[in-house]
Amino acid sequence: MSTHITRRKMITLATSALMLGAGLAQAQQIALLNVSYDPTRELYQEFNAAFAKYWKGKTGQDVVIKQSHGGAAKQARAVIDGLEADVVTLALAYDIDAIHERAKLIPADWQKRLPHNSAPYTSTIVFLVRKGNPRNIRDWNDLARPGVEVITPNPKTSGGARWNYLAAWAYALAQPDGSDASAKDFVTKIYKNVKVLDSGARGSTTTFVERGIGDVFISWENEAFLAIKELGPGKLDIVVPSLSILAEPPVTVVDKVVDKRGTREVATEYLKFWSTPEAQEIAARNFYRPRAPKVLAKHAEQFVNVKLITIDDVFGGWQKAQQIHFNDGGIFDQIYVK
Amino acid sequence: MATAAVGLRAGAARFEANTATRDPVWVKGLVLFLGLAFFSLFLLLPLIAVFVEAFRRGWGVYIAALVEPDAVSAIKLTLLTAAIAVPLNLVFGIAVAWAITKFDFRGKQMLITFIDLPFSVSPVVAGLIYVLVFGAQGWFGPWLGEHGIKVIFAVPGIVLATVFVTFPFVARELIPLMQAQGRDEEEAALVLGASGWQMFRKVTLPNIKWALLYGVILCNARAMGEFGAVSVVSGHIRGLTNTMPLHVEILYNEYQFAAAFAVASLLATLALVTLAIKTYVEWKAAPSTPPAEAP
Repeated sequence: MSTHITRRKMITLATSALMLGAGLAQAQQIALLNVSYDPTRELYQEFNAAFAKYWKGKTGQDVVIKQSHGGAAKQARAVIDGLEADVVTLALAYDIDAIHERAKLIPADWQKRLPHNSAPYTSTIVFLVRKGNPRNIRDWNDLARPGVEVITPNPKTSGGARWNYLAAWAYALAQPDGSDASAKDFVTKIYKNVKVLDSGARGSTTTFVERGIGDVFISWENEAFLAIKELGPGKLDIVVPSLSILAEPPVTVVDKVVDKRGTREVATEYLKFWSTPEAQEIAARNFYRPRAPKVLAKHAEQFVNVKLITIDDVFGGWQKAQQIHFNDGGIFDQIYVK
Repeated sequence: MATAAVGLRAGAARFEANTATRDPVWVKGLVLFLGLAFFSLFLLLPLIAVFVEAFRRGWGVYIAALVEPDAVSAIKLTLLTAAIAVPLNLVFGIAVAWAITKFDFRGKQMLITFIDLPFSVSPVVAGLIYVLVFGAQGWFGPWLGEHGIKVIFAVPGIVLATVFVTFPFVARELIPLMQAQGRDEEEAALVLGASGWQMFRKVTLPNIKWALLYGVILCNARAMGEFGAVSVVSGHIRGLTNTMPLHVEILYNEYQFAAAFAVASLLATLALVTLAIKTYVEWKAAPSTPPAEAP
């Protein structure tokens, strides 16, 4: 008798499994997959809703945008390994370059297809400290002081972490007697103070904010603002250093995927939607620096005017920076194992 | 395992009755205290914390977190994965245990060792194996891509990874039991004219049913709770390839602590139900197995 029950149960299970599978497979509307980096969860939630409304008004079609988030390098790796992203919106150009180099899913000149180096908004790197700034952290050199506990993600897997690292390097270079050797010394001192190296920016935020580890968290400006907003003011302060880096997180359509899925038009429109005032306003509301001068002017008090260097000026572009600093055996490997 | 529990109880009573073998009171107290303290601190407290956090902002928030579309999709995917992985491992488990205990062949020891592979391999490696084999840059990736078959970053990949990590549970439960039972009863059935299928249904299955059920329960618990291997092959697409454990992590990272703990509490409840069924199975199995040694 017990065998009967088991058999019947198994048949029911199998049928329900099939039905579930079918339910997952058939979708009525157009679906896009946006593979993004770690801190943009809230940003794209709002942006996707706005675009869906815009697209419905323009074409009458329902569009659903699915999101995947994680460390930028890890996400790029997933796309290379076959994650079918219609668009990728990552932390830095190098990770998108990797999609061209390793899988040829996009052309080499992908970054020239949209205005502003295909980066619809910018951000920069700031410090998040405990309320009242008890360790008196004012600038990058305070991070190298002995005994200061620093939180930053792993540059090997996180795009944000690479911006952090390069901003520290650029600061050291900009000092009166700055050289590559002095910069290396300086960055080594900072990484000696690093307590926890998470794989993505959001992981580091929870380490610093939730678990209360560390004195200072080197963070995306947007992530720092968001942490303060989510966890209530009065626990954390933002410190803007004297010099930082202009972070340009770029976006692109993944050509091979959109051509295969027949979604090129809607995916292209999705990214072009970034240049509308509405989308720029969404960026500003989520603490990303908008490109549109009017929107930026409106939020001027939120975004402190800080001296920003660029990757191209100081490091000769991402390819070069990656090769020298972050590839296996690069400078980061040398300083972090020491 | 169930017999061992019965034997343990009888043994304990015998030791207690005799002054020569009875432990001093303070030893008993200390061991009991250590055991219970450890249990409360590392198992009970976190479990309670999950439920406290889940209900911190009230029933409304709790329910909302569970009926939210992405959560529903995660719950469905978790159940679907278990519904495929567990029956598959049930069949594989019986087949492997049968092969090992009823036949003699070369490389039998090797096979027994390989069954344990998923226990000794880190789940991350288990996931990466599938990415290397089925990923776009992997061995079969290009062929799969041409034929429009998605394995990695889709439901099949998640099921594959889950089958891999849960493979040993059923076989591991069955092999020692079937080894102890030997082949005599099956041989008798065959001699008396039973067909192979009759022998399996009327002799083998009744003999192994409790161990089988026990293995299935453990297998199911792991299938629903697996994080590492599934995380590697999932692609983390909300509403499509997130299982419950992955969804918990996402919610936590999005500052939605109440929702994260709500889903976690559901996962914990599933585990508790599984444990309750397991205890029932053990209790039920105990009287039906004859005592190991005759008095």
